[in-house]
Amino acid sequence: MLDISPAEWTAILLSLRVAVIATLVATPFGIALAWLLARKDFWGKAVLDAVVHLPLVLPPVVTGYLLLLTFGRRGLVGAFLADHLGIVFAFRWTGAALACGVMSFPLLVRPMRLSIEAIDRRLEQAAETLGAAPFKVFFTVTLPLALPGVLAGMVLGFAKAIGEFGATITFVSNIPGETQTISSAIYSLIQTPDGDTAAGRLVIISVVIALGALIAAEWFARRATARLHGN
Amino acid sequence: MLRVDVEKQLGEFSLQASFESEGRVTGLFGASGAGKSSLINMIAGLLRPDRGTIVIDGETVDDTAAGIHVPTYRRRIGYVFQDARLFPHLNVAQNLDYGRRMNRLPSDPAQHKRVVELLDIGPLLDRRPGKLSGGERQRVALGRALLSKPRLLLLDEPLGALDEGRKLEILPYLVRLRDEANIPMVYVSHDVAELRQLATQIVMLRQGRVTSFGGVKVLT
Repeated sequence: MLDISPAEWTAILLSLRVAVIATLVATPFGIALAWLLARKDFWGKAVLDAVVHLPLVLPPVVTGYLLLLTFGRRGLVGAFLADHLGIVFAFRWTGAALACGVMSFPLLVRPMRLSIEAIDRRLEQAAETLGAAPFKVFFTVTLPLALPGVLAGMVLGFAKAIGEFGATITFVSNIPGETQTISSAIYSLIQTPDGDTAAGRLVIISVVIALGALIAAEWFARRATARLHGN
Repeated sequence: MLRVDVEKQLGEFSLQASFESEGRVTGLFGASGAGKSSLINMIAGLLRPDRGTIVIDGETVDDTAAGIHVPTYRRRIGYVFQDARLFPHLNVAQNLDYGRRMNRLPSDPAQHKRVVELLDIGPLLDRRPGKLSGGERQRVALGRALLSKPRLLLLDEPLGALDEGRKLEILPYLVRLRDEANIPMVYVSHDVAELRQLATQIVMLRQGRVTSFGGVKVLT
């Protein structure tokens, strides 16, 4: 049953690469945004919060289309990046990573934000009285205490990224070896006669990856609780 | 060495306090809601006065007229809170070392040994704060503040969260600290007995105003 063909391997490895890169690049932005939403009050905060969550409620095809309009070869940002920095997203695996990053961002940010909100701010005050400047307080107290939430966000974001389909296929199409992830490979296979067995293999692999990610997220959440109680 | 002359409006409550203390231990005495914590938080820089000046050890750390407000982390103070506030993700040894690392002070094993012995916290060094009793936590918090080498030690009801037995356990350490550590302290309490034992000067606060100032005998 699990006799995986080279083409399927290509899709699996591409999915992993796309999801890993999407998660790693999104993480610093996610932490910064989570901190901003947890700690700061500013004009337009509600709007920013809504925009972050938008990919969760918009039809993925809409998000993908908007990405195509913005980051496509002729899109406003896409043209600039291509002409000045040589970065091209359209119909490349980097575009798939961008789509996955955007789609998974709300899930990545949420646990990070919750764990930052759960931190006792009086601990940060204590750090300040001991001579720690604000950025040192962040790196020695806030971030370590939020770390389990940060990791949980990364795991959830990764799981979402690896399963992303709609926005990716709309934005960068379904090119084997370049943009064909597990999801788009399954989609192609179930439209092909005799593709059922191969599709079934990829389905099992997706389930295993997703389940593993959810279990890992749960484990990190438990660690977070233990850590905040000082055990 | 400590000069305070501040005004602060906090909602309905107005605080107006002025005193100057050379004492080794300045006791801030008053009922709850008298403004003791607000005052000590202003000395710490955690709260900013609306008007006035605060001078620690000759350095002006607050002067609203001149626009001076030295942030807490540059005041070189130590602060022992009622609720210890040890870092839960660090063990006792790392908690003790935190202030030294943040202030980039060279390691000082002799001082470290002295403080650990003074507070009897040697056996606790490997433990996490979650595994300590209330009294042990408070002793570690004291050690952590001392090891950051402050020029002024602020204590906000450090015994307030402890039961009578634990208070009696900690009090002797505070007396030793006063007599041996050679760091001026500001000690907030609503407990007359505690201040009689520890303080050398008393600032009495009532509803946001200083009602008397002087030696321990003002605590009648």
